[in-house]
Amino acid sequence: MGYVEGLKCRECGRQYNVEPIYVCEFCFGPLEVIYNYEKIKKVISKKKIENRDETLWRYKELLPIDGPPQAGLYSGFTPLVKAENLAKVLGVKELYIKDDTVVHPTFSFKDRVVAVALTKAKEFGFDTVACASTGNLAHSVSAQGAKAGFKRFIFIPATLEASKIVSSLVFEPHLIAVDGNYDEVNRLCSEIANQYRWAFVNINIRPFYAEGSKTIGFEIAEQLGWKAPDNVVVPCASGSLLTKIWKAFKELKEVGIIKSANTKIFAAQAKGCNPIVTAIKNDTDVIRPVKPDTVAKSLAIGNPADGYYAYKAVKESGGYGEDVTDDEIVEGMKLLARTEGIFAETAGGVTVATTKKLIEQGYIGKNEVTVICVTGNGLKTKEAFDGRMSEPIYIKPNIEAFEKTLKRLKILK
Amino acid sequence: MAVKVRIPTPLQRLTNGQEVVEGKPGKIIDLIMELDSRYPGLAERVSENGKIRRFVNIYVNEEDIRFLQAEETEVKDGDEVSIVPAIAGGRGN
Repeated sequence: MGYVEGLKCRECGRQYNVEPIYVCEFCFGPLEVIYNYEKIKKVISKKKIENRDETLWRYKELLPIDGPPQAGLYSGFTPLVKAENLAKVLGVKELYIKDDTVVHPTFSFKDRVVAVALTKAKEFGFDTVACASTGNLAHSVSAQGAKAGFKRFIFIPATLEASKIVSSLVFEPHLIAVDGNYDEVNRLCSEIANQYRWAFVNINIRPFYAEGSKTIGFEIAEQLGWKAPDNVVVPCASGSLLTKIWKAFKELKEVGIIKSANTKIFAAQAKGCNPIVTAIKNDTDVIRPVKPDTVAKSLAIGNPADGYYAYKAVKESGGYGEDVTDDEIVEGMKLLARTEGIFAETAGGVTVATTKKLIEQGYIGKNEVTVICVTGNGLKTKEAFDGRMSEPIYIKPNIEAFEKTLKRLKILK
Repeated sequence: MAVKVRIPTPLQRLTNGQEVVEGKPGKIIDLIMELDSRYPGLAERVSENGKIRRFVNIYVNEEDIRFLQAEETEVKDGDEVSIVPAIAGGRGN
């Protein structure tokens, strides 16, 4: 049995029953899941959670499902890596990487939200799932949908790189390549969602889907010994992930699992697509849409759906936002790789580079506990390194050639 | 000639099914209030306390009024005003 009481408009507060809907009929605001925290408080405990499998489903009372999990059964509970080498370089005492480069089964945090979305889609009785995506979400819906036995329609812009197409196509979904950009694909999907009874994970299932992101926050708190950190740096595309991580800490406090939730939330974006950070810096809650132009394609949403709420979460938590150039992003990826041995996708480069700036500017204190969210695997965005990577050392197959190289590297004299 | 106002599908029930109605020149917020006198219920769906709701976008000749003078944006005869919910869609069938 679940603990969801219904859906509620985030703007006007009107309540709705649990259905595959996402927009308030009255004021057009987005709908959000509401829980009965009093009931959850009575049934949840640290001990109970700790005794469960190491997946995101260990927090199932705080997820919007009614029955047992039906997808993403092995997703979540990724390592919280103590980043001592990176901390030294950045000049702080305690730094962690929440490492979602290794989420099962498709190596990005989208496996979390899709696990929840597909379970909910089963509960609603859908036989077809769908999404509009340029990458990570497409991979996750394709893979998890295959395992869960759904028919799948994946909509992508036709201009997508071959490597990203393969990572979806291998799972044999109906992959629809639309002659248009991501915004146009999204608009088409909204129309399709109104005409076909399909579960579009990021459209009509969005209120449920988005809740899956909270599990990053739950895990961070648990892995720190049931404590919320002082600071979290979160990459922003739609802004949803940031708001949900903040909500996770507040919920854990609400149900009595942690004592306080005074975490400052920091937004990280690329300079080439920074509508949320711009609003934070200008101290205005009006998000001005931009035309994305950045190497961090997974964050390239120019008109972010949850931008306003992300802005609000950052402000209320006492955090801030920063943006970084493409060169800084690639340097951030390399820095994380050479210090911590983690190969993040471009979005990870954005958070690492942003964290560096925030520390330099004094927004993040040197003696505070800081967590950097790394949300996807670097093998997915190798093209970011085109022309920016050093070359291998080519040699002839003999020992003299090798030793000559060692001398050149000043390892042998 | 009046101001041409485009009504989104979910609000066309209030305008007797009309997709385009005529509005009076002046400030956007006054135009909305005037429409409400002829199509009761319209104003509370798109505004609250004299402010356009956060998830309702209003365009004057294709420019978002948030980047003009917001509610105070002046429209004149011949201008085209579009009311567009920020999040497309609604209840799936």
